[in-house]
Amino acid sequence: MADEKKPGPFEKGGKLYWLHSTIDAFDTFLRVPGTVTAKGAHVRDGIDLKRVMIMVVIALVPAALFGMYNVGYQSALATGADWGFWQMFWYGFLRVLPLFVVSYLVGLGIEFASAQIRGEEVNEGYLVSGFLIPLIVPVDVPLWMLALAVAFAVLFGKEVFGGTGMNIWNPALLARAFLFFAYPSSMSGSSCWVHIPRDMAAVDAFTGATPLAVAHDGMQALSDAGYSFCTLFGGLIPGSVGETSVIAILIGALILVWTGVASWKIMVSSIAGGLLVGWLGHLGGATELPAYYQLVMGGFLFGTVFMATDPVTSAQTECGKWIYGFLVGALAVVVRLWNPGYAEGMMLAILLMNTFAPLIDHCVVTSAVKRREKRIQNA
Amino acid sequence: MSNNISLKKGLDIPIKGAAAQKVVKTVVPGIVAVKPTDFRGLVPRLLVKEGDRVLAGSPVLADKQNPEILFTSPVSGTVQEVVRGEKRKLLAVLIQADAAQASVDFGAADAASLSAGEVKDLLLRSGLWGALIQRPYGIMADPSLKPKAIFISAFNSAPLAPDTDFVLGDRMVDIQEGLIALSKLTDGGIHLAISQAAEARTPFAKLDKVILHAVSGPHPAGNVGVQISHISPIRKGETIWTVSPLLVAAIGHLVRTGKLDLTRKVAITGPAASEPAYVEALPGTPVSALTETEGDVRVIGGDVLTGEILGKDGYLGFFDNQLTLIREGREREILGWAKPFRPKVHSTSWCYFSWLTPRKQYDMDTNVHGGPRAFVETKCFEDVTPMDIFPIYLIKACLAGDIEKMEQFGIYEVLPEDLALCDYVDPSKNDIQAMIQQGIDLMIKEMA
Repeated sequence: MADEKKPGPFEKGGKLYWLHSTIDAFDTFLRVPGTVTAKGAHVRDGIDLKRVMIMVVIALVPAALFGMYNVGYQSALATGADWGFWQMFWYGFLRVLPLFVVSYLVGLGIEFASAQIRGEEVNEGYLVSGFLIPLIVPVDVPLWMLALAVAFAVLFGKEVFGGTGMNIWNPALLARAFLFFAYPSSMSGSSCWVHIPRDMAAVDAFTGATPLAVAHDGMQALSDAGYSFCTLFGGLIPGSVGETSVIAILIGALILVWTGVASWKIMVSSIAGGLLVGWLGHLGGATELPAYYQLVMGGFLFGTVFMATDPVTSAQTECGKWIYGFLVGALAVVVRLWNPGYAEGMMLAILLMNTFAPLIDHCVVTSAVKRREKRIQNA
Repeated sequence: MSNNISLKKGLDIPIKGAAAQKVVKTVVPGIVAVKPTDFRGLVPRLLVKEGDRVLAGSPVLADKQNPEILFTSPVSGTVQEVVRGEKRKLLAVLIQADAAQASVDFGAADAASLSAGEVKDLLLRSGLWGALIQRPYGIMADPSLKPKAIFISAFNSAPLAPDTDFVLGDRMVDIQEGLIALSKLTDGGIHLAISQAAEARTPFAKLDKVILHAVSGPHPAGNVGVQISHISPIRKGETIWTVSPLLVAAIGHLVRTGKLDLTRKVAITGPAASEPAYVEALPGTPVSALTETEGDVRVIGGDVLTGEILGKDGYLGFFDNQLTLIREGREREILGWAKPFRPKVHSTSWCYFSWLTPRKQYDMDTNVHGGPRAFVETKCFEDVTPMDIFPIYLIKACLAGDIEKMEQFGIYEVLPEDLALCDYVDPSKNDIQAMIQQGIDLMIKEMA
């Protein structure tokens, strides 16, 4: 027929149709889709997952910026170099940027390819995971390891389950767990947390040990290493790129709670769980540190705010969120205090609770169903 | 004295275009349609053919499963056309109205003196049986059943809903008569819900023969389903009937005068309505006779959450007393999701800044504002569902077709309309109402 429009190259029937997911992704990234409602409510809220995800990224920006500065600061401290603020930031920026590039290139590459294979739209979930991963690894992690970990996390943590919204474990944490277990020597100890420039040498007093590693030897060791509650809170300490500054993370937490993107219930209960076990440990003699030190060391707060609250992998019922969050915090500190093999327990605590979140929900829902049945029978 | 029910969860969508409280015209239609598609569960059998003469109240259709349920013409005139769709599905019977109207006389009576059988018979013959909706499932009432109770909501909380007091304030005699007639059909009494805010002034608060409930809260507090779940939740095996107050008035009028009169005030609403106000019209009136539409506008019979697309050449439905007109939102906003401010778009989420302007009313369109995704955020569903059910689990059970789970999670208590706000707030842009309907359809099939 003369008036029948020929399909465009990316439309069904066109030559490049196999690329349509990729083209759609960029197209809907730039312009909101022009689809109108076909079924159900005729008007819809302005919110979509892209907006939700970008909010998380915005909340992560303070931690990322501080992390970049801190990388430069730690290098300067370790080598005794006399750098100014911007020099430190720039140095850190150049160290951290490759982590972001690798994380996004590999992760998004796999996301696009698998969306293409499934013929679906590309999910925006990786916008957040890709931003999280560079912030939870040591700055000196070799890029090929990072690439491998990202590929593993996206393929086996997400795509095999069907993409964003279907995964059981937090993909970013899965990437970190992969690194941790596959290449433990590059992920722990005291040599990976601070980048020493190739043409410089570390000063004699430099150890590179993180507060968590030192904390095993007690309060005295911690203060000998130069760590007080205030330095831990401020965050100019060795550690994973984005996890060190409590202030930057709290700014992020404020954004997440304000916008309602992350559950404040999980954050509060996780902190409560961590404090309780920290207090019990202190009481029982497992550690000399007061409970509140547990909150400012290592990845506890970062995990609580940005990882445990992932709406896909956390508990979904409101009551379940309290239980889930509490157990995350409690387990993290249990691992820290009673397992000498792992200095940090947050990653394992969240992954374990991710696994059990459906079970928690099941129990909550089952009891709610029973209560409901009783109410209806008595009504 | 009334029982108070105060609900917190829900949402009043701030959309522009509420109807002004005036009747701008009375539509005398040339053509009126009788649409079997208005009635869920009806398998129609045609009783007339083109060229037949009918009176107001003459049967046009019957239900194949329950042949005593008749559907009648709202006007007197000549059957002009039988409209069929795919697979010869009967879509509408078009009747050319006469200049002078004549009605079938069903016999005037005093409702109090009628027996249950007589009321039933009258409703079945006159075409008003279809006004009774049966829960669970929201289908046409089964005449062989006796419901646990009958529920009526005189509190319409839907977006831009017609003001019940304005629409029916002058028909309280009919409504009282209708209530008395309906009370014969159940032993459980008639529950009537009114808005708590209007309790002092509404004439509905003064009606006899009802159990009165004053309900407050945002939409869907006015939904009869939500009210039932708080007053007398439906257990497995029970049935409840619901009627809209509009049709209670028609039933009362029928009993009182013996004549079928479905005339109603219809609110023409929505941001794309040129003059949002009321018109007086019959169901089946062509949209073009009710209002003018310009440009790429969607005409919805009912409200913007649950209404049906009528189209510019459609006909007002049997249950409708509202038309909503909104623009089709086909234009594409550049980087819309990333803009810090989108003053023209409303969102309940604090990721946008709509909370800064709580009183603002929006010129909404039909754009979805995103692409379909898997369920991610689910708390938003609970925030707009003031019932003791588990929205996300119920939805998933419906999708999975798991009947036992659907029962546990409350399928008997809901119709898609009760979860319509979930459609609105879902950032993953799923069609929740369609999913619930899918579950209900499965229940009907399996339980038959």
